[in-house]
Amino acid sequence: MFYLFSGIILICSLLTITTRRILRAAVYLLCVLLSTAGLYFMLKYQFMAAVQLTLYAGGIVVLIIFSILLTHHITHRFKHPDLVKLIMGVGAALVGAGLVFATIFSNSFQPASVQELPVDMTVIGTQLLSTEKNGYVLPFELISILLLAAMIAAIVIAKKEKNKNTEI
Amino acid sequence: MIQGIPIEHFLVVSTIMFFIGVCGFIIRRNLITMLMAVELILNSVNINFVVFNRYLYPDQLQGHFFSLFIVGIAAAEASVAIALIINIYRKLKNIDVENVNELKF
Repeated sequence: MFYLFSGIILICSLLTITTRRILRAAVYLLCVLLSTAGLYFMLKYQFMAAVQLTLYAGGIVVLIIFSILLTHHITHRFKHPDLVKLIMGVGAALVGAGLVFATIFSNSFQPASVQELPVDMTVIGTQLLSTEKNGYVLPFELISILLLAAMIAAIVIAKKEKNKNTEI
Repeated sequence: MIQGIPIEHFLVVSTIMFFIGVCGFIIRRNLITMLMAVELILNSVNINFVVFNRYLYPDQLQGHFFSLFIVGIAAAEASVAIALIINIYRKLKNIDVENVNELKF
């Protein structure tokens, strides 16, 4: 099951950056995010998987598809990227991946033999809003302010500037 | 942890996904596809956080909370980026990165 999910992740993420139709790229991205949620379910992080499904697959992909439909013709196809840029991109990716693989396989990870903490909603809620040790109330408040600021900024940026002309 | 699957397999998957995202960020010239590549990168980092938490420190929840916050920040980033892209499209009728140099003087 794990290998099925990781195969879907790898193939679809490769197709996301190589396909020439942008709407198909968005659908492949959706496949990648869904199978990532499957991995979270396998690791028994149900809440994380639900957040991944609703926020990423439900929110961000729909937002991206909206903006694609607003800014592109549906039959639009990309030109192939020029050769120098292709070689530089693939080369940078290969060098970086080689470095990271060397680091991963030279390090021996010892899986802990501690009892697994059951991750239910009560544990998540109390840890997210507690000010004790292992409490996350400060980043929680920070991210709520960040989301408010992002919402206002998105409205202000995308607003049409017709009002000035009508006032004059 | 999942029985029979070592942690290295997860790390290999997320590393390949990360560098596919980096490669896509370099070779694509369209703003929306570059945004998709950034989403791929953030997603692979999320997998890393969750897997390290589950395999190495299963009695704590740090990685879980960090990936929750990363998902929230990714949502904020995507919304602001798409607002900017739509505004650029209104002004230039085109969203390739070569054309977005009109702010330079």
